[in-house]
Amino acid sequence: MATDLFKAPDYYNLDDLLSEEHIMVRDATRDWVKRSISPIIEEACQKAEFPKQIVSGLGEIGAFGPYIPEEYGGAGLDQISYGLIMQELERGDSGVRSTASVQSSLVMYPIYKYGNEEQRKKYLPKLASGEHLGCFGLTEPNHGSNPSGMETNFKDLGDHYLLNGAKMWISNAPFADIAIVWAKSEENRIHGLIVERGMEGFSTPETHNKWSLRASATGELVFDNVKVPKENLLANKSGLGAPLGCLDSARFGIAWGAIGAAMDCYDTALRYSKERIQFDKPIGAFQLQQKKLAEMITEITKAQLLTFRLGQLRNEGRATSAQISMAKRNNVDMAMTIARDARQMLGGMGITGEYPIMRHMMNLESVVTYEGTHDIHLLITGMDVTGFNAFK
Amino acid sequence: MKILVCISHVPDTTSKINFTNNNTEFDSNGITFVINPYDEFGLTRAMQIKEATGATVTVINVGSASTEPTLRKALAIGADDAVRINAEPTDAAFVARLLADYAEEQNFDLIITGRESIDYNGGAVPGMLATYLDIPFVNACIGLELKGTKSTVIREIDGGKETLEGNLPMLLAGQKGLVEEKDLRIPAMRGIMMARKKPLTVIEAGEAVKQTSVLGFELPEAKAACTMIDADNVEQLVELLHSEAKVI
Ligand SMILES: Cc1cc2nc3c(=O)[nH]c(=O)nc-3n(C[C@H](O)[C@H](O)[C@H](O)COP(=O)(O)OP(=O)(O)OC[C@H]3O[C@@H](n4cnc5c(N)ncnc54)[C@H](O)[C@@H]3O)c2cc1C
Repeated sequence: MATDLFKAPDYYNLDDLLSEEHIMVRDATRDWVKRSISPIIEEACQKAEFPKQIVSGLGEIGAFGPYIPEEYGGAGLDQISYGLIMQELERGDSGVRSTASVQSSLVMYPIYKYGNEEQRKKYLPKLASGEHLGCFGLTEPNHGSNPSGMETNFKDLGDHYLLNGAKMWISNAPFADIAIVWAKSEENRIHGLIVERGMEGFSTPETHNKWSLRASATGELVFDNVKVPKENLLANKSGLGAPLGCLDSARFGIAWGAIGAAMDCYDTALRYSKERIQFDKPIGAFQLQQKKLAEMITEITKAQLLTFRLGQLRNEGRATSAQISMAKRNNVDMAMTIARDARQMLGGMGITGEYPIMRHMMNLESVVTYEGTHDIHLLITGMDVTGFNAFK
Repeated sequence: MKILVCISHVPDTTSKINFTNNNTEFDSNGITFVINPYDEFGLTRAMQIKEATGATVTVINVGSASTEPTLRKALAIGADDAVRINAEPTDAAFVARLLADYAEEQNFDLIITGRESIDYNGGAVPGMLATYLDIPFVNACIGLELKGTKSTVIREIDGGKETLEGNLPMLLAGQKGLVEEKDLRIPAMRGIMMARKKPLTVIEAGEAVKQTSVLGFELPEAKAACTMIDADNVEQLVELLHSEAKVI
């Protein structure tokens, strides 16, 4: 891929709302993406290879669990910083952001929130540094949008638990050292278990032939009579609310991440529109192309305001799950529309790997589906405002 | 060992440059500022020395409060403490005098500056500072090794390199080569958090005289639009050279 010329738009001077530290966090991540992601990402996606070396790099800059306290290897940053890191990573590639989202919000977060002190001390520092990679198993072959129906289960056999079942569509699974697995107890209650690679009966076959998130490894988790030590239970929270708490954190990051993907598409199309000459004029001088660019920057700016406010609410511990759903849904949809319009603006060049747009566009097809589909988030908002449950 | 790295706060190289106040002042509206790239090579070499020998690294800037994010970034990269001398750095001798007053009291073993700052490209501060401090000075430095109080320094010269040996204390004005671009440090999140707790001391400017003042700045003339003419169309070329360019 050509040199990364990315310049972030800031139409409403939102930088004025950020602290000096937020800006440093964002710029550091942006610089890291330019140095470590942009030069390798196109080839990794073309070959559908997970660039494993980025795991230690993400650990080094501190993109894993940035809001986890320093004593456990995190940086103790606030939620807006976390959002900005996700924005910049996804500006590089949604797959890279996914790797970091899963590690931070779906693996470190539940260990920190629902685990005990020994579990925190044992797992968090290695996850923060990137020495270990984690994954999160909630979705199953027969239960996607409806995880409460999950079939994966464990029995208490006195000195250990016996885990059986299968998870599907699990990011990071093929390379993960540990998995946070959600399974039902004999009392039919959902609990989180830490399953480690190497436990007998545990395997992680890779899912091949994806057209989306090709630089992120996806796989299954298969549990065939896996003996899980009792100390691996996340004992401080159970029920569907436990995995949903993790999803709140991850979805918040995705709402920011989608802005990154949208900014990269907009910035690429804007630059191209000033350089590409047709009918003796830069294509950016034609009204139809200006309409696309004007709408893109408007939507990006609205999305930025949405996430900034949501970040404030999360910092105060006041953001509701429904508020997070709204931002995830709106921003991913906004990014998809921008990716499609931006791709068209580049004409034939838009379908090549010379430019990042088509890659973002394909990635976003996963982002709009995982962590609650576009439809499911709409139903959450619908239920929140009407009080009627339209899921069933 | 104590190392001082002088850091200037300059517009990002991709900035659009404008002037205000009757073209006598730089318009910093909408400009992103960065650590002067020449200084960043020096800061990175200082960090490597710190890691190898346990030296302490102080970063210093003469500037207004708006330069503090740049100093904080240097702290996030790993400098131990930062000093800002509160003054507008509009004249080289003035800046060098203020830096010298501070450095004199602190007895640094090594002072590193950039060869020049990429905003005004004066390149005068390092030499003046070494003169005020009466210590050896090597300009355009592209290599530095230390052994106790002895230093081996490589300097870029026209079409080649010169290797020099000297004793600390010493002042080096660095550039690329001191370290390479790939060695430059990106602050990590933990570094950014730690920077919060590191001292950033503000010192009021002492007595120093500005020896020059700016009368005005001018931008280079904008490049004229280029008209492309088909190779077969010599007649049109002649016509344009005559009627528009007025050269024939
Ligand atoms: C690349 C990738 C990575 C992933 N990573 C992970 C991971 O790390 N961990 C994990 O646990 N999961 C992961 N997932 C799974 C993801 O969360 C699920 O795909 C998602 O929840 C949707 O489930 P499903 O695919 O089974 O679709 P389904 O639930 O079958 O949905 C199919 C369609 O039906 C619609 N639908 C479903 N229910 C309703 C309803 N009540 N009303 C109206 N419409 C409805 C949906 O909106 C969707 O359009 C990943 C998925 C992908 C593609």
